[in-house]
Amino acid sequence: MQEFLNSLLPNVMEKLPVFYESIYETLVMVVWSGAISFILGAILGIVITATKKDSILQNAVIYQVLDKVINFFRAIPFIILLAALFTLTRAIMGTAIGVRGAIVPLVFGTVPFFARQIESALAEVNPGLIEAAQSMGSSPIEIIFRVYLKESVAPIARATTITAISLIGLTAMAGAIGAGGLGDFAIRYGYQRSQEDVTYVSVIIIVLLVSLIQTAGNFIVRKSTH
Amino acid sequence: MIALKNVTKTFSAPEQTVQAVRDVTLTIEQGEIFGIIGFSGAGKSTLVRCINLLERPTSGSVFLDDIDLMALSEKELRKTRKKMGMIFQQFNLFASRTVFANIAFPLKHSGLKITEIAQKVNELLELVDLKDKENSYPSQLSGGQKQRVAIARALANDPRILLCDEATSALDPQTTLSLLRLLKKLNEKLGITIVVITHEMQVVKEICGRVAVMENGVVVEQGDVFSIFASPQQKITQDFIDTTSNLSKIYTLIDEHAAITEIKPGECIVKLKYLERNASEALVSSISRKFNIDVNIIFGNIELIGSDPLGGLVAIISGGVEDIDNALDYLKQKNVGAEVILDARVPK
Repeated sequence: MQEFLNSLLPNVMEKLPVFYESIYETLVMVVWSGAISFILGAILGIVITATKKDSILQNAVIYQVLDKVINFFRAIPFIILLAALFTLTRAIMGTAIGVRGAIVPLVFGTVPFFARQIESALAEVNPGLIEAAQSMGSSPIEIIFRVYLKESVAPIARATTITAISLIGLTAMAGAIGAGGLGDFAIRYGYQRSQEDVTYVSVIIIVLLVSLIQTAGNFIVRKSTH
Repeated sequence: MIALKNVTKTFSAPEQTVQAVRDVTLTIEQGEIFGIIGFSGAGKSTLVRCINLLERPTSGSVFLDDIDLMALSEKELRKTRKKMGMIFQQFNLFASRTVFANIAFPLKHSGLKITEIAQKVNELLELVDLKDKENSYPSQLSGGQKQRVAIARALANDPRILLCDEATSALDPQTTLSLLRLLKKLNEKLGITIVVITHEMQVVKEICGRVAVMENGVVVEQGDVFSIFASPQQKITQDFIDTTSNLSKIYTLIDEHAAITEIKPGECIVKLKYLERNASEALVSSISRKFNIDVNIIFGNIELIGSDPLGGLVAIISGGVEDIDNALDYLKQKNVGAEVILDARVPK
C-alpha cells in the first residue's frame, strides 16, 4: 500500500506533514471565519429584514445604511479585498499573513453574502404568520426568534451550506497571498513546481469537504421540514 | 364594548392613495356575534384589523371598554391584544410546530407552568374536538382541522373577543357549517364576543345577530340580521340577499318567457315576502278561503334566521280582480309584502 501510494503520489508522500498541516489550516480558516461570519451575517440579515419598509421594526435609516454597506463589500472581488484589508487585518489580528491574517478578509468576504442569503431565507416566511403572532401580542423580538428564525430553519440551513461551500473557495484564494491551507499547498507545489499529484490530491480533499458540508446541510433541511 | 368612531384608513403609495375604510362608526356589544359583510375590496379586512390595531387607523378612534386603544403604548397594546383572539382565512399556523406547540405559542410568558400549559392546551383541543391531533404537524391536517387549531390558539389566553377574518372562505360548505356551529357554541359557552368578516351571506345568516354591510370602505347599512334580510335598504344588501335566495329569479324567468310564467287571462303572478316574524301563520290557505281565490305556489324560499322564518313565495293567483286586490290588502295588513309582478287579470 505504502509503495503503491509512493509511486502514485510521489510528491504528496514526500511532504506528508506539510500536506496534513494544509488540511488543518484550511479547516481552521473555514471553522473560524465560518463561525464568525455565521453570527455576524445572521444578525445583519435579521436586522435588514426587520427594518425593511412595513416590517416589524421599520427603520429607513438603519436599513439604507446596511443595504449600502452590504452592497459595497459584495461588489469588491475577494482577491482585491485581501489586499485592501491589509492594514485593518494587521490592526485587528497583529499580522496580515498566515491563517490568522486570512480570517479578517474571509469574514469580510463572507458576511455580506451570508447576510443576503439570510435575508432571502427570512423573506420566505409567510407574512400571515407575522400578522398572527402580532395578533397574539408577540413583541418584535419574540417574532424574530419564535417566528422568523424558527420557521426558517430549513432555508437557513440551505443558505449556510451554500455559504460554507463558497467560503472553502475563498480560503483557497486566500492561500495565494500566503494564508496557508490547501489552496496554498496546491499553488506552491502543484502549480509552481508542476507537481500535478499535489494538485489532484488537494482537489479531492476539497471536494470531499464540500460533499460533507452539503450532506450535513441536506440532513438538517430534511429534519426540519414538516 | 368595541366602539369604532369615525375610523378612516388610507393607504398611501407614491402613485396613488387608497381609502380602504372611510368614516366608519359602529358599536359591537359584549357577547354578540357581529357580522361585517362586503364584496372583496370593500375594506372589511382592513376594518377588522383596525379593531386590534394591526392596521392603525389614519384618523378616528377605537375603544375597547372605553379604553382608547390608539393611546396605548406598544407594550400595553400587546397586552390588550392577548385579550383579542384572531383567526384568518389562510389559518396562519406555524408549519414548523406541532398542533400542541401552535396552541401553546401564545402561552409563553403567560406565567403558567409547563404542566399548566399542557393542561390548558388539552382543554382547548377538547373544546375544538381535536384531541387526537396534538402531535400532528399542520401539513397533516385538513383545512377544517387547521382552522380549529387556529381557533384553539386564538382562545389560549381566554380572550373576550374573537376576530374572524374570512375564517370559512377557504373551506367547503360542509366544513364551513361545522365551523360556524363551533363558533356559535363558543359564543354561547364562553360568552365570547365574535366579529365575523365574510363575503358570504350564508355565514351571516347562520350565526350573526347583527350585521354591517360594507361597500367601498363605507358601512352602508347595519342592523339586526332579520330586519336587514327582511327589508334591505341598499342595492348592495339586496345583491347579497339574492346570493342566498332564489326569489328574484322570477324576474329572469318572466323575461325569458319560461313555461312556468305563462299565465291565463284572469290570473296574476304575485311575489309575497315576509317582512316580520310571522311566517308561521297559515296565510296562504286563509286568503284562499276568505277571498275565494286560488293560490298556486310556483316556488318559494323560506329559511330560518336564528329561529325566525324569513323569505317569500311566488304564486299564481286566480280569481276576481277585486277579490285578489282585497286579499293583497289583507296580506299587507299582516305585514306581508305583496307585489303583483305580472298581471293578466280581466277587469269586469
